[in-house]
Amino acid sequence: MTVKSTARARKKAAPGVPDNLHAGKDAPAELIQLLTPEGERVENPDYPLVIEADELRSLYRDLVLVRRFDAEATALQRQGELGLWASLLGQEAAQVGSGRAMRENDYAFPTYREHGVAWCRGVDPLNLLGMFRGVNHGGWDPNEKNFHLYTIVIGSQTLHATGYAMGITKDSAEDAVIAYFGDGASSQGDVNEAFTFASVYNAPVVFFCQNNQWAISEPTTNQTKIPLYRRASGFGFPGVRVDGNDVLACLAVTRWALDRARNGGGPVLIEAFTYRMGAHTTSDDPTRYRAAEETESWRAKDPISRLKAHLEREGLADEDFFAAIDAESETLGLRVREGVRSMPDPDPTLIFDHVYAEPHALVTEERAEYVAYAESFEGGE
Amino acid sequence: MSKLTMSKAINEGLRHCLETDPKTLIMGEDVGKLGGVFRVTDGLQKDFGEDRVIDTPLAESGIVGTAIGLALRGYRPIVEIQFDGFVYPAFDQIVTQLAKMHARALGHVKMPITIRIPYAGGIGAVEHHSESHEAYFAHTAGLRVVTPSNPDDAYWMLRQSVESDDPVIFLEPKARYWDKAEISAAPALDLHTAKVVRSGTDLTLLAYGPMVKVCLEVAAAAEEDGRHLEVVDLRSLSPVDFDTLEASVKRTGRAVVVHEAPVFMGMGAELAARLTERCFYHLEAPVLRVGGYHAPYPPSRVEEQYLPDLDRVLDAVDRALAY
Ligand SMILES: Cc1ncc(C[n+]2csc(CCOP(=O)(O)OP(=O)(O)O)c2C)c(N)n1
Ligand SMILES: [Mg+2]
Repeated sequence: MTVKSTARARKKAAPGVPDNLHAGKDAPAELIQLLTPEGERVENPDYPLVIEADELRSLYRDLVLVRRFDAEATALQRQGELGLWASLLGQEAAQVGSGRAMRENDYAFPTYREHGVAWCRGVDPLNLLGMFRGVNHGGWDPNEKNFHLYTIVIGSQTLHATGYAMGITKDSAEDAVIAYFGDGASSQGDVNEAFTFASVYNAPVVFFCQNNQWAISEPTTNQTKIPLYRRASGFGFPGVRVDGNDVLACLAVTRWALDRARNGGGPVLIEAFTYRMGAHTTSDDPTRYRAAEETESWRAKDPISRLKAHLEREGLADEDFFAAIDAESETLGLRVREGVRSMPDPDPTLIFDHVYAEPHALVTEERAEYVAYAESFEGGE
Repeated sequence: MSKLTMSKAINEGLRHCLETDPKTLIMGEDVGKLGGVFRVTDGLQKDFGEDRVIDTPLAESGIVGTAIGLALRGYRPIVEIQFDGFVYPAFDQIVTQLAKMHARALGHVKMPITIRIPYAGGIGAVEHHSESHEAYFAHTAGLRVVTPSNPDDAYWMLRQSVESDDPVIFLEPKARYWDKAEISAAPALDLHTAKVVRSGTDLTLLAYGPMVKVCLEVAAAAEEDGRHLEVVDLRSLSPVDFDTLEASVKRTGRAVVVHEAPVFMGMGAELAARLTERCFYHLEAPVLRVGGYHAPYPPSRVEEQYLPDLDRVLDAVDRALAY
């Protein structure tokens, strides 16, 4: 049997795709931006944003606190207090901008990295750390803040978000859903099925893809030959690429998409073009697969410094304000550190808790067996 | 060969396959530059190129589905699933397509695909990174299922799996990746033969993958109390080498099966049933099972209590000997 060279096929360029539209290219023309890396405000007629100084300052506060929380979690992992941590460093604006665009009754379906969205939803950051410490698999009531549990299996939650949104339509409610996922996850069947369902049922769901350029060691170019936001058109709904390091653009575009969805406009795909400044998780070593210069070049687009520059250049915040935020972030760091250190190890019988909603004979039996076995050691030896 | 860790032994096995058979390919997530999250494919893309060691898009169904197509075209794909809990998106392709293709085509097409999966727990990981799902695969006709317990077996069984013309689910006990041992110059056994790894007269411990080490520790501890336990490493879960198991259990009259997977409907159930059929008049006690509970794999801070350990296995040994 003859076997055609796969090498030859691979090297052929994708026909009809201009090179500058390939994913991974820097800041292409279609990127929605409302705040330049230098902190200069730019207007976009499609996404008008009227924003007061107070709100700008509170966005800044969220960005700083979320980064501080994240840094503390990374430190806690290094000290052995957490088993693992997935840092959001560099993605604060994408998460705070989109998270702040939500209304109270809207619902978010996160991956494992949406600590900034959790913050905006009012989830206690300590609750996020239980699963990374290994004391639970989630640890918060999703319905309390309309923030679903973290989903580690990539892409799965996009279908849950879509189904939830289908329920909103059935209820004739005016809520909307936002589904987070990564550039890597965009390849999963589940994500593509979610696009299909959302489109066919005109579900009020916003697909928010943080293209942080990497899926562990794989660049976005391993997942797609066209910019990810363009995938939406094939499914029959709009796609928008937003500067993911621009909190204002993320806020405005997500607000637009959520409002459109809640008013019966159906789904939107937002690709937040950003960068994972840290390792994939604390278990990862990015020096094996990416150049330090690349990371450096993104540092110049830092989401926090650009908002700070804006506040300063417009005279919207003074030294005292920045100092107060810094002090608040130290307090948060301390609270997180102490909270994690004093998190008790769970009782092993938690293994048998909540496996079913109703009693199950086998679980009941095994729990009793376990308890008797554990008790056989007590007082002995 | 010198002493190798299990992960390096598998790496060497893969290297051998790539060197000797130009139709072999490695496909998976992060298997290229990164060398896999456990570094099992470390250096292979550098040496064999991106066309043979392929960083695929992040889609397990896609990986296995396209591996099937490549096999139809004459290739011999070696697929890596990054962690146990991430094989399920590919479950449909594995169970409904891969496993049945040869039979449906009346033997006209072969599916020489090896699917490597790091499995089982004990490494303090988050959800979906510690599961033992061997029963699903062993339950599926058309798949061969094997799991090494040590570096030497890992090296040779990997090579034998890749050489097989059937699909093989190759389960790698991730907690043993860092164990070191000598690799022998030739394989001692064929892929589906079990091995008596410690001889004894009083009871047979049946284990595989990560639990073989635990059972050897149990046997050593029991020896101090004057009990001579035999330990059999199954190595292959489909097919199971029942002849070796039967001979051992007929000698000792007692058996305890140990695995991490939940006991209910697990490998132990099948082993207990078959051994009861084959050794009924030799058995002094029912075949007992030690394993996981009918519950999701727990958060890592309590995985020690979930996983069978020395005490839990000894407890079962005591119970079996008390009959
Ligand atoms: C189905 C599945 N396969 C593999 C993994 C292992 N894994 C965890 S995160 C990840 C990369 C995800 O990349 P991306 O979607 O871009 O999200 P990011 O981590 O960059 O936020 C992989 C492969 C997984 N969690 N789920
Ligand atoms: Mg990514």
